[in-house]
Amino acid sequence: MAFAHRLTMKNDINTDYIISGRYKFKIQDPKELAKYIFVDLEPDFYKKVKPGDVLVAGENFGCGSSREQAPVALRASGLTAVLAKSFARIFYRNAFNVGLCLIECETNFVDDMDEIELDIENNLVKNISKGVNIEIKPVPKIMRKFLEKGGIIEYFKEHGGFDEIV
Amino acid sequence: MRQTIAEKILSEHSGRRAKAGDIVISNIDFCFGQDGTSGMIIDSFKKMGIEKVFNTDRFTMIIDHSSPSPNIGVSAIHAKIRNFAKEQDLRIFDIGCGVCHQIVPETGFVTCGDLVLGADSHTCTYGAINVLSTGVGSTDLAIALASGKNWFKVPETIKMVLNGKLPKGVFSKDVVLKIIGDIGADGATYKSVEFYGPVIDSMSVEARFTISNMAVEMGAKCGLMKADRKTMDWIKKHSSREMKPTEADEDARYVKTLEYDFTDLEPQIARPHTVDNVCSVEEVSDVKIDEVFIGTCTNGRLEDLEIASKILKGRKVASGMKLLITPASRKIFLDAIKKGYIDIFVSAGASVNNPGCGPCVGTHQGVLADGENALSTANRNFKGRMGNPNGNIYLGSPATAAATALTGKISDPREYKRRL
Repeated sequence: MAFAHRLTMKNDINTDYIISGRYKFKIQDPKELAKYIFVDLEPDFYKKVKPGDVLVAGENFGCGSSREQAPVALRASGLTAVLAKSFARIFYRNAFNVGLCLIECETNFVDDMDEIELDIENNLVKNISKGVNIEIKPVPKIMRKFLEKGGIIEYFKEHGGFDEIV
Repeated sequence: MRQTIAEKILSEHSGRRAKAGDIVISNIDFCFGQDGTSGMIIDSFKKMGIEKVFNTDRFTMIIDHSSPSPNIGVSAIHAKIRNFAKEQDLRIFDIGCGVCHQIVPETGFVTCGDLVLGADSHTCTYGAINVLSTGVGSTDLAIALASGKNWFKVPETIKMVLNGKLPKGVFSKDVVLKIIGDIGADGATYKSVEFYGPVIDSMSVEARFTISNMAVEMGAKCGLMKADRKTMDWIKKHSSREMKPTEADEDARYVKTLEYDFTDLEPQIARPHTVDNVCSVEEVSDVKIDEVFIGTCTNGRLEDLEIASKILKGRKVASGMKLLITPASRKIFLDAIKKGYIDIFVSAGASVNNPGCGPCVGTHQGVLADGENALSTANRNFKGRMGNPNGNIYLGSPATAAATALTGKISDPREYKRRL
């Protein structure tokens, strides 16, 4: 069972908030880093997350710094996906590169601790708690290829480039 | 041919006609990382199982974000960077050299028409000299480092025309803050922005860097300007590489055109905790400031220091004020010494720090105390950015910063306009 987690802050959640500069320099181990996600907003946030859960946000999630520690720490916390109305571009690439799925959709109808099921094949998110299906923007083919392999490095190692997906 | 600058540069580097929305694989002219991202670049590169970087002249690492190291963890990252450089025979820029976004153009690594990747979000800075440069994460950078290429989604373009003439005491920082306040922190997400108009034409290249630097604060992939005489003169002074000035076609397709008139623009401030929370300096003139920081890839250039020196000359900072000044590069530091600016700063009571990112990233050199307010010339005022989530950051121009350092509250630099 996967549950949705929301922060009080909805829009423009930047990568400094996901993982503060104070910790990204100090801590190299992703599992350890994961304990500090959103530390400046909600310090105990990481304790709520169970493997397979998803994070839900509003507009422009992941704006700001290019730090890849942001999606790495989210993934290491157990989160498998982020649902948001929109994402910032550097974070968008970084997330799929490290195996974190991002889904663009209307998120107003997902509350904290709603039970969620992702159905990327059919472009749907099922909100089981509310009994509604939410249509999602299709995840681009190139990003799905990276996810299938667990990240861009594995994809690159296997294919030696990106000719197949262009 | 109806192409924007981004479409042209991506076409040129991918060997096919690129239009907005296409995915292309492009050759990279130059790429780099900094100390916050290079550790992971090295890890990702090694995971790929490739022995040598694609070209030792087209990649560098710059130790600027937490430099010199404030703790053991950072020292380990710095050592890892130095070791990788030795292993791969790479030139790096160690502590005290300066901020990556000053080093890269100043050293002549990039020229107009280039396609550049940096593992730092403010890589968009060189758009001011007609370079399609954009920030990526460490693994994307490692892909470029391994293969000399990466994949790109060709962005749509917003055209911005900046009309009028800036009043005295109002600078490029005020212009870009005003624009971000207008269109919002996601106003240009995934777009290329092209800046035109008399306001840009009349600016120095240094002042233009400030505008392109903050394109990412509106969500943009890049913030491009055409190469004019000033651009070419600037590049010629710094680089021996062949220039490929790239202009948009007259009938290029833009998703949006925004026109501004900045004739009556006032000095602008971004209030805590978002860069788009912008107002005029007058609206916040009663805010008490504990720390002023002049520096960064946005506003740590010689021209910025010159402006600050004109206001600070022969004066003392307010009682209890912490004024921190960080030149963006060693060259700028030396030039500022020769021109007497550093003498003025130190005499006024400033702490002048070594070239680098300074307190911008909150890992050292000027962490705020609980409840303290800073006025910074940087590009971000996120909660916790300067090391303490209980501190507040206001952003403004070097002139506004210098004027504020003298009074201890947010102050209008136009009061000193006879000096400017």
